[in-house]
Amino acid sequence: MSILSYNGSAMVAMKGKNCVAIATDKRFGIQAQTISMDFPKVFQMGPHLFIGLPGLATDTQTVMEKLRFRKNLYELKENRHITPTVFASLVSNMLYEKRFGPFFVEPVIAGLDSKTGEPFVCNMDLIGCPNAPEDFVVGGTASAQLYGMCESLWEPDLGPDDLFETISQALINAFDRDAISGWGATVYIIEKDKITTKELKTRMD
Amino acid sequence: MATERYSFSLTTFSPSGKLVQIEYALAAVAAGAPSVGIKASNGVVIATENKHKSILYDEHSVNKVEMITSHIGMVYSGMGPDYRLLVKQARKMAQQYFLVYKEPIPTVQLVQRVAAVMQEYTQSGGVRPFGVSLLICGWDNNRPYLFQCDPSGAYFAWKATAMGKNFINGKTFLEKRYSEDLELDDAVHTAILTLKESFEGQMTADNIEVGICDQTGFKRLDPSNVKDYLANIP
Repeated sequence: MSILSYNGSAMVAMKGKNCVAIATDKRFGIQAQTISMDFPKVFQMGPHLFIGLPGLATDTQTVMEKLRFRKNLYELKENRHITPTVFASLVSNMLYEKRFGPFFVEPVIAGLDSKTGEPFVCNMDLIGCPNAPEDFVVGGTASAQLYGMCESLWEPDLGPDDLFETISQALINAFDRDAISGWGATVYIIEKDKITTKELKTRMD
Repeated sequence: MATERYSFSLTTFSPSGKLVQIEYALAAVAAGAPSVGIKASNGVVIATENKHKSILYDEHSVNKVEMITSHIGMVYSGMGPDYRLLVKQARKMAQQYFLVYKEPIPTVQLVQRVAAVMQEYTQSGGVRPFGVSLLICGWDNNRPYLFQCDPSGAYFAWKATAMGKNFINGKTFLEKRYSEDLELDDAVHTAILTLKESFEGQMTADNIEVGICDQTGFKRLDPSNVKDYLANIP
């Protein structure tokens, strides 16, 4: 079994019209044994920027702290907020520095460009190969199921409410078909002047 | 003499609070070839004298105006070899920035980093300060930038400035000539005029160098191009 699926996780980010959403499950387990049902895996890195770090839980936390460190230094040095595209490059660069002894996380990034308001989603493998498509990105142990759900549910130019419905259904129905992710979910809807956080109750078995 | 006691160690303050080696570095700059920089509304120009001691010298094969990235350029007054080291470092820092952030380095960032290198050489063992002041020009955020970097590591943002030999006269001249809504072509003209103020002998396209930076990026002007500007000068 890969160390990437030791703790279990499911994560997805989607583009909408002038908005993006990122959703995650809340389980932290050790293989099949569930330890916690409110484990944070998505972190805010700016007014319109979130990163999810599915994978090995210890690396989730370490990588989050290292990224926050680099992001804070960048913002102090440059006296401006980091944009999602630049942040994605930063993450990619940091992960590749550990090419031959990687952190076991597969980041999912979602944000709005602070100037243009353009939605941005991106994911990476554990050594930082970036992928920034026009629709959605997924990560974690339920990624195969998530791809299936997103391919059938997502459509272009969804408003914030429809985007919330779409991403929630995609995530819930994906991780219900995965034994080591789920146990509740959190959805963040990012709009230019508002960020909505919603907690979802889901199956607990 | 009392001052001599403090002349050799870089890191020893003199009783009056000066670091004399840094002052000597500035003196080396002030004795160097003049250079000027002017910010215009739609770009920025840097220019310098590039005089040769012998007619046998092959002009245009060694340049003083150098590109750092496609949108940043640099020129100096002072010691040529020291300058080349800074150019090399600046180019490297610009590419390192691009490698991490996939975004061209903002001019301000490059200036800060180059200035940090220059500062390091005032506080490290076994080195001497750089004998150069730099003019760094760039275009980002849809506006021009012009900075001066001194051997001490201090840096300044200018609308227009002069360095090197006769820099005080150059600055006085610019203070009279400068206006906020200058266009790039006029700025090139003014820059050449400023150099001409203290120029000894005939100014030609072969003994000055001009670089311009606007939204299309940085470029060093061809001698033929410089010749056209010189033709408009009485």
